[in-house]
Amino acid sequence: MNRLARVALALVWALAAFSSAPARGEEPIVVGSKNFTEAVVLGEVARVLLVEAGVPASHRRALGGTRIVFNALVSGEIDVYAEYTGTLSHEILASQRIDDDSALRAALAERGLVMSRPLGFQDNYALGMVRERASRLGITKISDLRQHADLALRFGNEFLDRADGWPGLRDRYRLPHRDVRGVEHELAYRGLAAGSVDVTDLYTTDAEIAYYDLTALEDDLDYFPRYHAVLLYRAVLAEEAPEAVAALKRIEGAIDEGAMIAMNARVKIDGAPEARVAADFLADHLQLYVDVVADGRLQRLVRHTGEHLALVGVSLTAAVLCAIPLGILAAHRQRIGTFVLGAVGVAQTIPALALLVVMIPLLGIGAGPAVVALFLYSLLPIVRNTHAGITGIPTSLRESAEALGLEPWPRLRLIEAPLAAPSILAGIKTAAVINVGAATLGALIGAGGYGQPILTGIRLDDTGLILEGAIPAAMLALATQWLFDRGERFVVPRGLRIATHGGAGHDAG
Amino acid sequence: MLELREVSKRFGALPALEHCNLSLEPGRTTVLIGPSGCGKSTMLRLMIGLQIPDEGSVLFEGESLTRERLTAARRRMGYVIQDGGLFPHLSARQDVTLMARQLSWPAERIAARVSELAELTHFPTSGLDRYPTQLSGGQQQRVGLMRALMLDPEVLLLDEPLGSLDPMTRFDLQRDLKQVFAALGKTVVLVTHDLAEAAFFGDHIVLLRRGRIVQRGTLAEMIRAPADDFVQRFVQAQRSPLGAGDLM
Repeated sequence: MNRLARVALALVWALAAFSSAPARGEEPIVVGSKNFTEAVVLGEVARVLLVEAGVPASHRRALGGTRIVFNALVSGEIDVYAEYTGTLSHEILASQRIDDDSALRAALAERGLVMSRPLGFQDNYALGMVRERASRLGITKISDLRQHADLALRFGNEFLDRADGWPGLRDRYRLPHRDVRGVEHELAYRGLAAGSVDVTDLYTTDAEIAYYDLTALEDDLDYFPRYHAVLLYRAVLAEEAPEAVAALKRIEGAIDEGAMIAMNARVKIDGAPEARVAADFLADHLQLYVDVVADGRLQRLVRHTGEHLALVGVSLTAAVLCAIPLGILAAHRQRIGTFVLGAVGVAQTIPALALLVVMIPLLGIGAGPAVVALFLYSLLPIVRNTHAGITGIPTSLRESAEALGLEPWPRLRLIEAPLAAPSILAGIKTAAVINVGAATLGALIGAGGYGQPILTGIRLDDTGLILEGAIPAAMLALATQWLFDRGERFVVPRGLRIATHGGAGHDAG
Repeated sequence: MLELREVSKRFGALPALEHCNLSLEPGRTTVLIGPSGCGKSTMLRLMIGLQIPDEGSVLFEGESLTRERLTAARRRMGYVIQDGGLFPHLSARQDVTLMARQLSWPAERIAARVSELAELTHFPTSGLDRYPTQLSGGQQQRVGLMRALMLDPEVLLLDEPLGSLDPMTRFDLQRDLKQVFAALGKTVVLVTHDLAEAAFFGDHIVLLRRGRIVQRGTLAEMIRAPADDFVQRFVQAQRSPLGAGDLM
């Protein structure tokens, strides 16, 4: 048990080390971005600026919501990302009193962060309705909503929860609505178009405002703060990579609202890659020319397959190495067994999303927490089947092995393990298939894999892109199943695969 | 050789054996007999340490059979159960030689011993590489016997070895078993509920009832001088094949 516990602990450490970000040195500058189009475009702009200035840079795109990305910056997993002043003062630093720009800069400095000057545009929150419906109901400003308590309000999940979002808005305007729910921001637009949603939160630079012919309701009580776009970067960057900071500063004041809306529209409406859009903007406005190497579909597929296989392979291997000994232990020590089966059962009931989010403070973002979550998920089927496989061995066989004078270890190796092999293998198969599916969720926290195109596809409302992740994920699950069915003949002893009384013939005895 | 001294065993509230004393003399065949649930199998299982007595002790060569000495003692005993207890993932040969291989016997010695045992138990050499599901019930019992005899143990314990065989197979195997016992001169304990079988094998029969030994001796003695009513009824309860009244 002791040795086992130590192995498990070592494994967790190894996984933790695997996930933590490397120190600077020759490492490229890591740009991060939040999980919406504008943020990804600005991330690409930052990356292209750096690359053009000869600074090696990479972009970890759409890592998650504000909290996740901000924390990743504080912990040094990323070096820079695009943020909004309103979000900083009203959400991230809401517990502090921040009245002006210098107070904000001071508060950020305490955390080792620096904010660039504004990039030139505001992306404010607003409430939006379909223009035609709003005029029919006579709604032009937010206070008008008070007279229409039966409207269906759908807000992005972040807006619904954050202090400067719906709760404050409701209190300020005393809005009586009951039909208020959270929904993926991109999907709310489609709901508006389909008529199932009446009001949603808008970002004023969203391309969809023009596309769906929406109107932004006037904020007549002046509730929403101003959201100037800025780049937020780690203060140490000024010493470690001054040329990077200099390159980034070139974008200050260079993007006006019209330019940002146009860029968003090219990505979301025309389906252009963010890298292309960012490069074109820099070429047109700053005369910076950079070759954009957009991955082809095949290259993306290869990359996502590699990432997905790595997530599944590492987590499943670790799970097999831990779960089989645990299952064997559980089968031989009843009291420990009850505890072990209970514990892995509980791990299984934690929703995947919750598990991933809980891992972030411990292991940061990226593959590390995803691997640990998948590892925990894979434990139960293997532990349970190992336990069942061994306890299911008929008493007569168990006792025969004992009566022969076999010591416990050879008994396990020569008798119990081969007899339990079909059950253990079935458990690993179940775990693997679940794992392949669950690994798509890893993209939510920047772990890559097939979930990446699925999430991006949802964000861009691009079914082709969704299928680019969904189809290979399904195929991989099927292939995994097939592989394990094939593998049975190598793992399950021959004697157990002979079902019939072949060649018994007449009773010779 | 093997001795049970004042042994008691309970399963929950149910007493399986109460204050039993039994001493096995080397080279003799002892038959444990009695109705279902009388404790005869439990007695055998105590001898090979599959059960630990609640009270009293099991002695092997005069020393108590403790957990530490158990493994070594088991390698000097052979144990055969009703359905053979063959491992489904091993061929007959692998099963029979399992323990010898584990003890790193040289291959030639193992091969020699297997052919010797196959001949002794009348097991066809062609069946050695078959798996249990490919063997008949009688053949499985012969393999079980070979496995028990592989390390040439001093004691052979058989728990209703012929219980699930058809009458013809059973008849042949009874004869073969008796020949094996006679040829090897081993200390044998055989559990059965069939009086005819007991009489066929045993010079020494131990009759149990509700966890107690009620009489021991030869069948003739039990018929001539039954210890109590139960013994009398038990020895008379077996029908002659000719249907003409009692056995004998």
